[in-house]
Amino acid sequence: MSLWEFANPVKFMALSGKVLPWVIGLCAATLIPGMIWGFFFTPEAANFGNSVKIIYIHVPSAMMAINIWVMMLVTSLIWIVRRHHVSVRAAKAAALIGVTMTVIALITGAIWGQPMWGTYWAWDPRLTSFLILFLFYLGYMALWAAIDNPDTAADLTSVLCIVGSVFAVLSRYAVNFWNQGLHQGASLSLDKEEHVSNVYYQPLLLCIAGFILLFVALVLIRTRTELRLVRLHRLDVRERMKDA
Amino acid sequence: MIALLVRDLRLAMRAGGGFGLGLAFFLIVSTLVPFGVGPEAAILSRIAPGILWVGALLACLLSLDRIFQLDFEDGSLDLLATAPIPMEGIVAVKALAHWLVTGLPLTLAAPVLGTLMNLESPGHYWIFITLLIGTPALSMIGAFGAALTVGLKRGGLLLSLLVLPLYIPTLIFGAEAATRGTAGLSALTPLLMMAGITAGSIALLPFAAAAALRVNLR
Repeated sequence: MSLWEFANPVKFMALSGKVLPWVIGLCAATLIPGMIWGFFFTPEAANFGNSVKIIYIHVPSAMMAINIWVMMLVTSLIWIVRRHHVSVRAAKAAALIGVTMTVIALITGAIWGQPMWGTYWAWDPRLTSFLILFLFYLGYMALWAAIDNPDTAADLTSVLCIVGSVFAVLSRYAVNFWNQGLHQGASLSLDKEEHVSNVYYQPLLLCIAGFILLFVALVLIRTRTELRLVRLHRLDVRERMKDA
Repeated sequence: MIALLVRDLRLAMRAGGGFGLGLAFFLIVSTLVPFGVGPEAAILSRIAPGILWVGALLACLLSLDRIFQLDFEDGSLDLLATAPIPMEGIVAVKALAHWLVTGLPLTLAAPVLGTLMNLESPGHYWIFITLLIGTPALSMIGAFGAALTVGLKRGGLLLSLLVLPLYIPTLIFGAEAATRGTAGLSALTPLLMMAGITAGSIALLPFAAAAALRVNLR
């Protein structure tokens, strides 16, 4: 019994089918109370007013946007090394969720930036890196969409994801070098002192957990769809071979 | 490998090879910008290094799909793949040929075009140096993008979508070094960072591009 057993699509389908309702349930159980707690039962912050409450969407979506790319990098590597279909399909499934999270983070950031900094957009390192991350997601998805053969597409997008990751990190540091910005540093970390007071921190943690579970649920659903699509494609090819 | 380089250069020089197209494009971009932003010398000289860099980058992008596309269509890429040179070597030679017919002329032309843009005197030197160091990275990254999209019917637009984000770090450091150098500040850090990107691209990207080509030739 090892983790790789679930690289078998049939086993993966069976397991994910069983796990999925639980994940959705847990996601609802964390995200909904987290949001309600955050939006309605926390005080207004001294300098921020009510606009502070956008943090419950902005921070989790921004975290997910970066972490989803890392997950895609790992699954792409697994595809290149061990050629498990579930892995690369999960990367494809995650890309759309990742780009959505990036857009949510950019838009909520713009809405938050207007009252706080007096502008929707500034060429700040963090904002700029997110825009660049968005472009990387777009390129990755466009390459998937452009190639007909699923295996060729899987190989090429995996190579792109790996090379893209290196350049994405390079861009992050290049942008930092290029302009110093308005955005505050990291507010949450595991080893340093927190900058967010507990009143906001606790519902925020709940929301982050909810976003992670939301991502897991969505990626499972989409991976299952993708695997069914692959199966359909194979059946289609087989039918046409019979006719010919 | 030298034979391949000579062949690629010859193909590029002859009619229909597209040699000089990139240069003409670069000239047109540098002519259009003053029409767009107005002829004030102060503004032009301030944005000149950045505009020249962006123009060179776009001119470089223009000819990328030629790196592998024609050879892929007439089947000579299949022959090259079975030749005793490793695929990585083919990619490196193709990128070098692309640089010799695009990046190098652009580098030589940029200081001249800088005069059009009212570039101040140390700027000519800096734009030449930064482009000389930076354009090999553009060719190499472009060859990787071209290898990814070689099998596609209409790969050109997709190619730009894939390659442009990869160009961002090179552009940032290159333009920053040129701007700082022109302003008389120390440009060593961005210059070294860009040189690092170029060296890293030349060392590692042939492997990624060769992997992509093998998939496309399968």
